[in-house]
Amino acid sequence: MREFLEGSQAIAKAVKLAKPGVISAYPITPQTHIVEGLAQFVADGELNSEFVNVESEHSAASVVLGAEACGVRSFTATSSQGLILMSEVLFNIAGMRLPVMLVCANRALSAPINIWNDHQDSIALRDSGWIQFYAENHQEAVDFILQGYKIGENPKIMLPVMVCIDGYILTHGMEVVDIPSPELVDKFLPPYKPPYKLDVEEPLSFGLLGDPTVYMETRYAIQETLKDVLKMIPEISVEFEKIFGRRSLRLVEDYKTEDAEIILVAMGSVCGTIKDVIDEERDKGRRVGLLKIITYRPFPKEEILDILKKARFVGVIEKAVSLGSDGPLYTEISALFGASKDLPQISGFVAGLGGRDITKDAIKEVIELTLKERKSCIFMDLNKELLWEDFRVI
Amino acid sequence: MLSKHFSEHNFVSGHTACSGCGQSLAARLVVDAAGKNTIATSATGCLEVFSTKAPQSSWNIPWIHSLFENSAAIASGIESALRYLGKIDNIRVISQGGDGGTADIGLQALSGMLERGHDVLYVCYDNEAYMNTGIQRSGLTPLQANTTTSPPGKVSFGNPKLKKPMVEICAAHHIPYSASASVGYPQDLQKKVKKALSIRGPKYLQIHCPCPLGWRYDPSLTLEIARLAVQSGLYPLVEYEYGKLSKVFKVPKPKPVEEYLKLQGRFRHILNKKEELAKIQQVADKNIEYYQLK
Amino acid sequence: MFSILVAKAGSSKDNKTGSWRSVKRPKFLQKDCIGCGLCKLICPEACVEGEKKNTYAPDYDYCKGCGLCAYICPKKDIEMISEE
Repeated sequence: MREFLEGSQAIAKAVKLAKPGVISAYPITPQTHIVEGLAQFVADGELNSEFVNVESEHSAASVVLGAEACGVRSFTATSSQGLILMSEVLFNIAGMRLPVMLVCANRALSAPINIWNDHQDSIALRDSGWIQFYAENHQEAVDFILQGYKIGENPKIMLPVMVCIDGYILTHGMEVVDIPSPELVDKFLPPYKPPYKLDVEEPLSFGLLGDPTVYMETRYAIQETLKDVLKMIPEISVEFEKIFGRRSLRLVEDYKTEDAEIILVAMGSVCGTIKDVIDEERDKGRRVGLLKIITYRPFPKEEILDILKKARFVGVIEKAVSLGSDGPLYTEISALFGASKDLPQISGFVAGLGGRDITKDAIKEVIELTLKERKSCIFMDLNKELLWEDFRVI
Repeated sequence: MLSKHFSEHNFVSGHTACSGCGQSLAARLVVDAAGKNTIATSATGCLEVFSTKAPQSSWNIPWIHSLFENSAAIASGIESALRYLGKIDNIRVISQGGDGGTADIGLQALSGMLERGHDVLYVCYDNEAYMNTGIQRSGLTPLQANTTTSPPGKVSFGNPKLKKPMVEICAAHHIPYSASASVGYPQDLQKKVKKALSIRGPKYLQIHCPCPLGWRYDPSLTLEIARLAVQSGLYPLVEYEYGKLSKVFKVPKPKPVEEYLKLQGRFRHILNKKEELAKIQQVADKNIEYYQLK
Repeated sequence: MFSILVAKAGSSKDNKTGSWRSVKRPKFLQKDCIGCGLCKLICPEACVEGEKKNTYAPDYDYCKGCGLCAYICPKKDIEMISEE
């Protein structure tokens, strides 16, 4: 049913449809409305779930770890500082092969403290073994959660899934979104049946000491499984379309790239703005396109290469930077081309940190800069008056 | 043919604990008293390291180790899952940690679990230091004890602080049961485990576990040293119910603390220092008075 | 793809810690035993078996020779003897 909803409410409804048995979270702006919505569903008896109000994000992640280990589907959500605080547990969850679902309301990292949107938080967890999807709009957020549960819980996968949504933009913005019916969701997403769990009938020990003779293979196994995830995503997408009538989860989405001379690369809600700019530029006769990366982990190297190799100029716009080096997305994309002779000229742009708006003008400027000499890390829209050689107090 | 002791016990032979390890004994006494319908968690520490080196495990019940500070939070998740599955009345959940994983890094998760009222028994194996990492000082290291991060020296007599009163801290959460026990009194220990597990709600049990390596004594003395700790008043065995002191293990003729300290290398540096010995005697005397142990 | 993730219950039985003993081992005299079961109760290795008077004995495959059984026996019916 199509409803006009705040993103957080849409996500809460999607989670409710997935019927997790245990929900645990700690409040942090801008994730709060998601868990508040779920709390209300539980309080009204609309969602049969144990709602555990924990005393920190570290414990929130630990509670869902314990619940998944018992074979119960679970859910948590966080942002920024919360994600980094629970990062120890997140690595632990992936290593223990438990398909926790986490919605990350992307928000900048302290210091300075900043509650607005950028991608630094979830990008910082890219090494963890978690599957990561970046949603452009409310509908994608809803759909990625449902498909994410199905992929993560597949007995050959058993890996946790992080659905990343831009804080405030998607959490607090309102859009028309289709909330599927429970009957259709039940058809698509069966109950969770883990291949292993804590069970008094068949006792097992989890979380063993893995010395140098065994540790490497456990990481390799996750690496190989993530390759299987790359193959599985398009299949799940087809299955989803059969039931819900739309394709949503993909590895990447290409927008007007077939004949593009210049291709911009980005993730998340900024892609909506970029698509508008591309339409305007196309009207002026410019051959510009957008490669939107939806699945960031596993990183769909082949799909990205296939699209970008057609272009002469590539501009990667990202809301994160690996301080001391370049933007992580730029670095990973440049690496794809290696020593290829026909590679496009790739430039990297860091924009929107700490919630600074990425305007259409900024995107147009990126297109112009992409055509100039190659630069690996340009910060867009800097206010020079706030940059000083020496320390000062104002 | 497998010996009977492998099916009888919930914590079995083959673990690599030091000979005479108080904690390995305590762990078995706890899970044996709990029975087969039990799920247990462990914090990082000696116990999980010596009991689960991949691909082996000494646990005969379902068991999980996650991280250092989250044993109580993992247990909260397990308890919530069992509640959701309608199995919480039939399956007991035990959360385990060492003194460091409980009183220091694990205190937040423990307090949260107690406050939320999860039906979990938390067991703290108190060997009075971070033993797994090489005998470093913790919040439960007693006064004047020699540890690698509170060593005696030219200007130091060892650990300068008293033990964090964890039994009282947990009792202050008004949980149904908060108590202390000792491997020196194994029957009392198992009675307390069974009593705790018969109560619905959060429970705390702290068990004194002498450590031959960390405390520096011959392994055969583990039980004697544990008993002397209780008999001197330094380790009172108490029970709190809903925040009120309800029972104590009486010590009608308390032994002087020196009898307990002189058996352990970690106190050797103060045995000839009357003033420092007196400080420890004072701790014991205060316990005897406060808990009315005599 | 998976690798080592969990361990079977009680699988440490494959690790015969009895090989650790080098100095002493307990000798259960089975003479004055009153069947109190304390030796079985306090063994850190869980390797003492027995049910009735004079039936208690350690499993030397796992016994580390700590001597707690000899200490606790109220009848001094357990002696620590040289491992040789």
